[in-house]
Amino acid sequence: MEQYIDLAVKAIFVENMALAFFLGMCSFLAVSKRVSTAVGLGAAVIFVLTVTVPLNNVVYNYALRPGALAWASPELADIDLSFLGFLTFIGTIAAMTQIVEMTLDRFVPKLYAALGIFLPLIAVNCAILGASLFMMERNYSLTESAVFGFGSGVGWALAIIALAGIRERLRYSNPPAGLRGLGLTFIIVGLMAIGFMAFAGVQL
Amino acid sequence: MSKSRDALIDPLFNNNPIALQVLGICSALAVTTKMDTALVMSVAVVFVLLFSNLFVSLLRHQIPTNIRIIVQLTIIASLVIVVDQVLKAYLFEISKQLSVFVGLIITNCIIMGRAEAYAMQNPPSMSVIDGIGNGLGYGVILAGTAVLRELFGSGSLFGAQVFALASEGGWYIPNGLMVLSPGAFFIIGFFIWAIRAWKPDQIEKD
Repeated sequence: MEQYIDLAVKAIFVENMALAFFLGMCSFLAVSKRVSTAVGLGAAVIFVLTVTVPLNNVVYNYALRPGALAWASPELADIDLSFLGFLTFIGTIAAMTQIVEMTLDRFVPKLYAALGIFLPLIAVNCAILGASLFMMERNYSLTESAVFGFGSGVGWALAIIALAGIRERLRYSNPPAGLRGLGLTFIIVGLMAIGFMAFAGVQL
Repeated sequence: MSKSRDALIDPLFNNNPIALQVLGICSALAVTTKMDTALVMSVAVVFVLLFSNLFVSLLRHQIPTNIRIIVQLTIIASLVIVVDQVLKAYLFEISKQLSVFVGLIITNCIIMGRAEAYAMQNPPSMSVIDGIGNGLGYGVILAGTAVLRELFGSGSLFGAQVFALASEGGWYIPNGLMVLSPGAFFIIGFFIWAIRAWKPDQIEKD
């Protein structure tokens, strides 16, 4: 149990997807103008990450990795399909977002309306694919990958909500004209990344 | 002729994918601690962008609109697999350093963005030029950031020592902030400032 809490805390703070690995930056910068939309996108990312990372873990372990097909028949035991990883992962993610979208539309229309355009956009959010690729590189088990997916989603959501909060306040500031908007946002994110670096080396 | 020249030159500074369109930022930040990784990454992105634009543009009348995202992703993912396999075979060291970021070219929004915004509406020849132009615009920012980060962060360029480090009896004390993630954000922020100071029409209206 302890190792899972450890992993979750690490994924949320120490190895924050957005601020330490620069993943999901496009939507991170584009959708952080208002806190309310940032909360919606953050929630959607947490949900999709928690589902897709363990799902990709199953796909990788039972279909793609060297020797993974041994359960189907012994002749297939020495087949290595890991080069298909990118294609299958992105396929799973695109399919999952589609299913999540349809389920929400059918059963929780309120949440669906609130998330709106962000759900389909998640398929191309690099934080989602990145988490699956990290899972593959680090050989997480099924439970570990569920915890890791949830943790990195929470970390990403935390970062985007914090940034949106700061940017709402920035509207009252008076920066040099060339820095207005995107330039200033980059510098703010840099400062936030310094803040999150304080978590590095935290022993649990 | 001038139209194709515009498609090639425009993305470099006037309509830069990173500085103005806010696309493809993840990898721009992560691979720029060293010149050689940044360069390999730019070449890989130019390659993928060129061919994804070409294929999407060739197929643009056949792709049904409601599944176009998945079709585009499949084309892009197949190209990225090719790049990944080539890198693993011939540049194993660099491919290890790039780690997940080769795979993340798939979700690099420049590629999806250009496929969706340009290749779906334009003939193949123009799309290829647009792909090269945007790839180069991405490469310019990547190379610029990487030069600053490697030079001031570890005193070297392409791994060759330029400034003699203090730890080895020289005079230069490396600036650790440059190699860490915040340094990348600051440098790109200042890059955007510089470009907008040069071309004031890119300044955002509130």
